[in-house]
Amino acid sequence: MEITQILFWFLSALALFGAIGVVASKNPIYSVLCLIIVFFAISGHYVLMNAQFLAIVNIIVYAGAIMVLFLFVIMLMNLNAETEPMKNVYMKLAGVISGLTLMIVLVAALSHSDSANTLMRPGTSVGLTENLGKALFNQYVVPFEISSVLFLSAMVGAILIGKKDVVKNRI
Amino acid sequence: MYQNQILLAIDWILFTEKLVLIIVVVMVSLFVAMYSTYAERKVAAFMQDRIGPNRAGPFGILQPMADGLKLFFKEEIVPNFSSKFLFILGPILAMLTAIMVSAVIPWGDKLFIFGREVTLQIADINIGILYIFGVVSLGVYGIMIGGWASNNKFSLLGAMRAASQIISYELALGITLIALLMITGTLSLNEMVAQQKDNLWNIFLQPLGFLIFLICAFAETNRTPFDLPEAENELMGGYHAEYSSMKLGFYLFAEYVNMFLSGAVMTTLYFGGYDIPFVNDANLVHIIGQNWVTIIEGGVFFIKICLFIFFFMWVRWTVPRFRYDQLMNLGWKILLPLALFNMLVTGALILLRQNHWHF
Repeated sequence: MEITQILFWFLSALALFGAIGVVASKNPIYSVLCLIIVFFAISGHYVLMNAQFLAIVNIIVYAGAIMVLFLFVIMLMNLNAETEPMKNVYMKLAGVISGLTLMIVLVAALSHSDSANTLMRPGTSVGLTENLGKALFNQYVVPFEISSVLFLSAMVGAILIGKKDVVKNRI
Repeated sequence: MYQNQILLAIDWILFTEKLVLIIVVVMVSLFVAMYSTYAERKVAAFMQDRIGPNRAGPFGILQPMADGLKLFFKEEIVPNFSSKFLFILGPILAMLTAIMVSAVIPWGDKLFIFGREVTLQIADINIGILYIFGVVSLGVYGIMIGGWASNNKFSLLGAMRAASQIISYELALGITLIALLMITGTLSLNEMVAQQKDNLWNIFLQPLGFLIFLICAFAETNRTPFDLPEAENELMGGYHAEYSSMKLGFYLFAEYVNMFLSGAVMTTLYFGGYDIPFVNDANLVHIIGQNWVTIIEGGVFFIKICLFIFFFMWVRWTVPRFRYDQLMNLGWKILLPLALFNMLVTGALILLRQNHWHF
């Protein structure tokens, strides 16, 4: 086996174990930590595909910011294993069925896709910062700008909801 | 040849070279961090007209060793109700994220050893600056996990403060970096240094950006005036209140390693990295040879970092701590708009220059 292959299998195993850990662990803090492991494994996959920019942005945005906020909220809510509500068997069954359905949909979509889309090509340089930037700002500039406006509106909305009481009091 | 030699096709010479470099860099970081504690106490003593540590060895020079030994021999206490795994993971993560930054910093130009060209940078990845940003954003985990696992209200409060502070100041830091990247046009730290070698240092092109970066660096390393996560008089030690022995040592040490490496990052980004000021390095290479120039450059880089460390200490012993609302106001209402303004002005000037100063 070559090194890239060993790394691929290692990262895949890590991602899978992390993902199972997210669902299986009782303590929500451990769930978040497992999710961080998953993000790191996915970033490793990006690096293997020569998409370094995506890899590091994945770490900065998800592991560095969003997961910190998750951890923040969970720590403030102080959810422990003892306070976790008991879930009944039917809910668990429903969760398993819906999860498996999603997996079937994904596998079906991938298996019917053109093989050029699913194959991992190590030699490409699409994921390098320069190429990605050019693609985003030339070819896909309109969707890019629209999504940024979407984020802005989401931010304004969050602030508005957070300030609800103040607005009411003034009126 | 043999089958098992093809199995792992690693360039073993490169591997050893990098391994030696990693060990040297980590050792130097730890050594500097160790003597920063001594320097901090001496600087504090100087500012407050005292003598400072002077018992262990001449001028108290062995004081850090004594402190380290003391920490090693102290009893380890793990609180009864804490999550033991996370309690141990906290200091490990704090130290790990502190040291990981050193991987992309160019510590000098190249050396020629036994006919091999050795670059004094562990990894010249072309996303260097983003890597640093990513590692810095991970730095909060050590504090948060440790503070939560202590199962102590004060520790939790300290951890919460650290998390919200670091997230708030990361924004301004990132936007300042964007302005810098617009000028340099590269993410690789090695190329940034190469550009500054031949031209002006970036500090002259980005004075406002450097100021914002400096303030954010203070906030990210939890130094005074931003040391609210460990404010002694309110939180009795903050996130490391329950820690003892070398685990506490790791937290305290990580702060000094952070200080050293953030000094290195600021030097690389804004103060020419290992460039020797007032000297044309390329001419010097012809006179005394590449190896000697590299060694001098390493020394100059080190001096610049030490000046930054001194500045960190100077501020610590002169400026009082912020109140929490002041901290948030400064981050969100002053630094963030200033950083955005800096980015806009930089972008406009670059456009104008490309247009030969015509509108």
